[in-house]
Amino acid sequence: MSLWRIAWRSIQQRALASSLTGVSMALGVMLVVAVLVAHGVINQSFLNNSGLGYNIVVGAKGGRLDLVLNSVYYLSRPVENIPYAYYQQFTEGKFKPYVDKAIPLCLGDMYRDFRVIGTTPAMFNDLDYGGKKYEFADGRNFEPDEYYGAVVGSIVARDAGLKVGDKFQPSHGAGPEAHVHDPFTVRGVLKPTGTPNDRGLFINMEGFYLIPEHAKPLDDAPAARPHDDHAEEHAEKHHDHDHHEEPAADAKHADDHEGTDGGVRVSEPKHAEESAEHHDEHADSHDKDHEHDDAHQHDHDHHAHTPLPLAQREVTAILVLSAGTFPELTALELMKPINKDSVAQAVLPIREMSSLFSTFVDPLQLVLLSLTVMIVIVSGIGILVSIYNSMSDRRHEIAVIRALGAGRRTVMFIVLLESILLSLAGGLAGWIVGHGLIAALSPWIATQTGVSIGFWQFVSYELVIIPGLIALASLVGYLPAVAAYRTDVAKALTTTP
Amino acid sequence: MLLLQDVHKTFREPDGSALPILSIKEFRVAAAEQAVLMGRSGSGKTTLLHIIAGISRPDSGVVRIDGHDITSLSEAGRDRFRADKIGYVFQTFNLLPGFSALENVMLGMSFAGGRPDAARARRLLERVQLKHRLTHRPAMLSVGEQQRVAVARALANRPKLLLADEPTANVDSGHQQQIVDLIRQTCQEENVALLLVTHASEVAEQFNRVDRLEDFNCVEATV
Repeated sequence: MSLWRIAWRSIQQRALASSLTGVSMALGVMLVVAVLVAHGVINQSFLNNSGLGYNIVVGAKGGRLDLVLNSVYYLSRPVENIPYAYYQQFTEGKFKPYVDKAIPLCLGDMYRDFRVIGTTPAMFNDLDYGGKKYEFADGRNFEPDEYYGAVVGSIVARDAGLKVGDKFQPSHGAGPEAHVHDPFTVRGVLKPTGTPNDRGLFINMEGFYLIPEHAKPLDDAPAARPHDDHAEEHAEKHHDHDHHEEPAADAKHADDHEGTDGGVRVSEPKHAEESAEHHDEHADSHDKDHEHDDAHQHDHDHHAHTPLPLAQREVTAILVLSAGTFPELTALELMKPINKDSVAQAVLPIREMSSLFSTFVDPLQLVLLSLTVMIVIVSGIGILVSIYNSMSDRRHEIAVIRALGAGRRTVMFIVLLESILLSLAGGLAGWIVGHGLIAALSPWIATQTGVSIGFWQFVSYELVIIPGLIALASLVGYLPAVAAYRTDVAKALTTTP
Repeated sequence: MLLLQDVHKTFREPDGSALPILSIKEFRVAAAEQAVLMGRSGSGKTTLLHIIAGISRPDSGVVRIDGHDITSLSEAGRDRFRADKIGYVFQTFNLLPGFSALENVMLGMSFAGGRPDAARARRLLERVQLKHRLTHRPAMLSVGEQQRVAVARALANRPKLLLADEPTANVDSGHQQQIVDLIRQTCQEENVALLLVTHASEVAEQFNRVDRLEDFNCVEATV
């Protein structure tokens, strides 16, 4: 009969006390697992996602962290915009030699609780995440000339029930005062990426600009969106169009749709058909007498809108991947002139997030981790108390084992094994329950953070800390083991059990 | 087989004074011999058994078993020697409550040199008529059955000497004779020397050799 079996029998003999101490240990380890995985999730959510194929974020002067939270994580309050012309400096201007990719972002609108992001198709064609290209669960990316085309993230598609072909209307702000805009058509649904993009609706930037109030007011024509004669004419026609009603008409329009809180989803087929007819009609007339004066080429089979003049355009942020063999060095070169300018600032998202982590998140998590480690220590002490208390009852039993020929070290080892078994069983149960809990909460965590985790989500710390904690808890068996070691056999044998 | 020479044992009283327990000039038990040791309560019978078993050490003297002076061994050495050469039947049986009858017998084998021999443990339990109680825990056994398990456990490692400390004290008169017969018979079959401590004259009368611890603290061993 092995010593393990003898120890296990002893645990079975005190089933209730053993179970309670095991559960106590399990709870402690479960908490440690939960904290470690949560720590890993937050790390992954922020640090790993802070460079989705780009290394610099350029935006208006102001809070650096705000800029990163806004443009990378779609969190926090919207920041100020920068002129579109400044963005062009990255695509064809003075910054061009330093730039490999530059993706514009226009923020400020919402659909339900999700951010609507105006951008170009390059967002998904050119950028990647974690070295992987973006893939579509359904549909495709919107085309440059699909002004009212959109791509939605996997979580948005799931939670808002949006699928390819559905229309939705972004809103500016939230609640009853939200301004409802023209409907956009979902052209594609992204596969889950575990990035903040899962929680975003990406619309064609050209369509974004055509949304009322998104045009930057000009000094000579503050209320007008187009700035040339043609555009004004076009604008008049456009006002007749269902998609471009004035706010008062918008409100009426919105009544025909599902809900008004945080954007509406268009569900009136008739309206859509009418809208399409208007588009075609509008396109025919537009095609004949219209020539564009900017770089945006339009396919009027896809749309029937005049792009917003450059002077009235703004972008919220530019996601930049610096060029060169050593993009990190180029990035520093590029950032200097940008930050010297009064127009914009350039920040390294990883640096900002690391700074945020080291300042706030890490200490907080350290406190949390310390607390859970203390819980495990308390659980370990529970095992000590449980076994130690049983020692007075077991002294006679130990003496009998000794009388049968077991040495002091043997009985000491048996008691130590009990502690190790309890710790291991409790620790293993806690580990399984902890990961099970995380797996159960996975959908909620994915919704909140955009990071998908499963039962087998490991954090490297687990390999060190969990066995360490179990070993620590096992050590507490040392005290009762020493008590067993010191048992006076002759005296204990003469004591009636 | 067993030889005690000039063995003295004294306990220390709480006030610091010495209380002599044993003072044995010479005491012998031959191989396969069966002897009874009698004496009043507190006469030192159990202390003597503890010294022979190597659980306690005498203050002085020699305890030689099967040619080995166990007083010269370390405590660990005495533990190993006890596991290999000595079987012990306790007054209160001292079966471990969390273990089955078979496991209690195998437990006795666990601390000797070799691997526990489950087949022998079963055979021993069959010999004491407990074939049908192998998996029963002590609480599920009668008093007589418990003592039979204890006898089987004491013989598990094929000892040279079996020490039985008042094995019938907690058994009713009906089972008393059965226990004594069982111990004597199995010792005979296994060729094991037996030293049985009792204060029951009806038990002692069955043995050819009876020794007596007399005069309270002092021992006079009659061979």
